[in-house]
Amino acid sequence: MTQIRGQKDLGIGVIYLALGLAGFIIARDYSFGTSGRMGPGYFPTIISGLLILFGIIAMLRGLMREGQPIGSLNWKGMALITLSVCAFGYLLETAGVIVALLALILISAAASERFRFELRAALGLVAFIIVCAVVFIKGLGVPMPLIGEWFK
Amino acid sequence: MDIFANLWLGFTVAGTFYNLFYCLVGVFLGTAIGVLPGLGPVATIAMLLPITFGLPPESALIMLAGIYYGAQYGGSTTAILVNLPGEPSSVVTALDGYQMARQGHAGRALSTAAIGSFIAGTISTILIAVFAPALAAVALQFGPAEYFSLMALGLIASIVMASGPLLHALGMILVGLLLGMAGTDVNSAVPRYTFGMPLLSDGLDFVVIAMGVFGLGEIIANLEDEADRSVMTKRVTGLMPSKEDWKRIIAPILRGTALGSLLGILPGGGAALASFGSYSLEKKLAKHPEEFGKGAIEGVAGPESANNAGAQTSFIPMLTLGLPSNSVMALMIGAMIIQGIQPGPSVMTEQPTLFWGLIASMWIGNAMLLVLNLPLIGLWVRMIAIPYNFLFPIIIVFCAIGVFSVNNNAFDVYMMAIFGVVGYVFRKLDAEPAPMLLAFILGPMMEEFLRRALLFSKGDPSVLVTRPVSAGLLIVAAVLLVAVLLPSVRKGREKAFQEE
Repeated sequence: MTQIRGQKDLGIGVIYLALGLAGFIIARDYSFGTSGRMGPGYFPTIISGLLILFGIIAMLRGLMREGQPIGSLNWKGMALITLSVCAFGYLLETAGVIVALLALILISAAASERFRFELRAALGLVAFIIVCAVVFIKGLGVPMPLIGEWFK
Repeated sequence: MDIFANLWLGFTVAGTFYNLFYCLVGVFLGTAIGVLPGLGPVATIAMLLPITFGLPPESALIMLAGIYYGAQYGGSTTAILVNLPGEPSSVVTALDGYQMARQGHAGRALSTAAIGSFIAGTISTILIAVFAPALAAVALQFGPAEYFSLMALGLIASIVMASGPLLHALGMILVGLLLGMAGTDVNSAVPRYTFGMPLLSDGLDFVVIAMGVFGLGEIIANLEDEADRSVMTKRVTGLMPSKEDWKRIIAPILRGTALGSLLGILPGGGAALASFGSYSLEKKLAKHPEEFGKGAIEGVAGPESANNAGAQTSFIPMLTLGLPSNSVMALMIGAMIIQGIQPGPSVMTEQPTLFWGLIASMWIGNAMLLVLNLPLIGLWVRMIAIPYNFLFPIIIVFCAIGVFSVNNNAFDVYMMAIFGVVGYVFRKLDAEPAPMLLAFILGPMMEEFLRRALLFSKGDPSVLVTRPVSAGLLIVAAVLLVAVLLPSVRKGREKAFQEE
C-alpha cells in the first residue's frame, strides 16, 4: 500500500463525508418546505450538504498534499476509559453506587501506565468512595441507590 | 449617573453572605483547577452545572464565572512554578515566569501575575459596566436576520482562534450544527435524528457533549504521554515587588489590559489569544528584548493582565447578545437556559439583579483572588504535586456522576463515553472541538432566526445582505475568513499555536 501523505486531512474528510451523508439521507425523510416556510428538513439538508462538500475537499487535500501523519492512537486509553464509564452507567442502577464507583475508578485507573497496587492508594480509594456517596447522595440529593437491586 | 445606581444594585446582590460564599467557592475551585494541568474550566464548569440547578440563578452564575477567571489566576501559578501551563492562556507566562522562578524570584513573579490580574480585572469590570448596556440597547433593535448574521459571525470568529487547519475547524462547526438538530423540531414537532429513541427527543444535552469531549477526551489524550512534573519546591519568598519592579510592570499591565479587553469582546477571542498578543507586544516595545525568555518581569505582567482582562470582557457578548465567544461562555449560556432565563439583550432589563450582580461579583471575586492566592501558595504547590494517575480517575468520577444527575439517567452516561472517544479522535485529527460546542448551542437558535428572517422576506435570502446591520456583520465574517486564509496571517497563527 502506498503511503497516504495527508493522513489527518484524509481522516477528518472521511468523518465529515460520512456524517454529512448520514445527515443528508436521514433528512430526506423530513419535509424540506420552501425558503419562505422552512420545513424540518431545510436546515439539516443544507448543513449536511456543506459537510459532504467539506469532507470531499478535505479528502482530496489529504490525498494530494503533504500533511502530517496521525501518529499512534491511545487505544488502551480509549478502550479502558470508555469501558469504565459504561460500566459505571450499567452498574449504577443494578449494583448500586459503591460497586459502580469501584468499577469506574479501577478500570479507568488501569489506563495509566503507572497503575499498580498500593496500600495507600487502596485506602484513598475507599475513603474517596465514602466521601462521594455522602456528598452526592446525602448532600446533593442525587438519586443514586447506595446498594443496587442485585444485592437485595 | 445610571451606571452607579446599577453597580450599587449589583454590589447589594453580590454582597449578600450567600452570594459572597458562592463567589468564594467559585474562585477557589477555579484557582484549584487552574493550578492543575489537564483539567480546564470548561470541563469543571460542565461538571458543576448539575449542582447549580438547585441554586438561585444569581448564585449559580456568580460561582461559574468565578471558576473561569479564577482559573486564569491558578494557571499562572503552575506556569511559573513548574514551567507547565495550567491553562492554554498561561503558556506564555511560563516563558519568563519559570525563568524568574529558577533565578529565585518566584515570589516576585507570582505577585506580579496576581497584581496584574487584579488591575486588569478591575478595569475590565468597569468596561463591562459601561459598554454592556450600550451594546444591549443596540441589540434590542436586532431582527431575526441580524441575529442570524451575528451568530454566523460568532461561529466564523471562533475558528480564527481554533488551532489546526481552517478547513477542519469549519467542518467542526457544521458537525456541531448538525448535532444541534437532534431532537424534536420546535415548529413541526417532527423528531429529527432521534433514531426512534424517545430519550433523544429532547435532543442531546450539551453537558453530555462538553464533559465527553473536554473531560474524557482530554484525559485520553493526556494519558498518551505521562511526563513527570518537577515542582520548584524551594520556599517562595519575597512576595512583594520592589519599587523598581512597579515602575517596570505598570505600563505592561495597562497595555495588556487594553489589548485583552479588546480581544476578549471579539467572538472567538478570549484569554488565550490576549496573552499571546500581549507577550509579543511587550517584546516589541521592550528596551531590552533580549531579556525576554530569560526572566523579564514584563513578560509576566503583560500577558497575565491581558488574559484576565480577556476572560472578563468575553462576558460582554454573552450577557448582552446571548452570544458565547468561547466554550466557557457557551456553558454559561447553557446554565442560564437551565435556570429558565432566555439569553439575549433582554437579560439586562428583565434580570437586572442577575446582570449587575454578576458584574459586581467579578470585581469582588478578583479582590478575593488577590487576597487568597498569595498566602495559599503552599497549598497550590502541594496540589500541583498530585500525580496525574491519581487525579484523572477522580475527574472521571465527577464527570460520570455529574452527567448522570442532569436527567438521572444512565443513557446520558453512555452518550458521554461516546463523546469522549469522539473528542479524542477529533483532537488527533487536528480538529479542535471548541467550535463544535459553540455551533451545537447556536445551531437551533440559528435555524429559528433563519426561519423567521425568511418568513418575513417571503423566502428571499437576500434579506440577509440588504439589511445594513446584517450585511455589515456578514462582511466582517467574510473579512475574517479571508484574513485567516491570507498567507502572512496564516503563518502568524500557526506560529502562535506552535508555541503551545
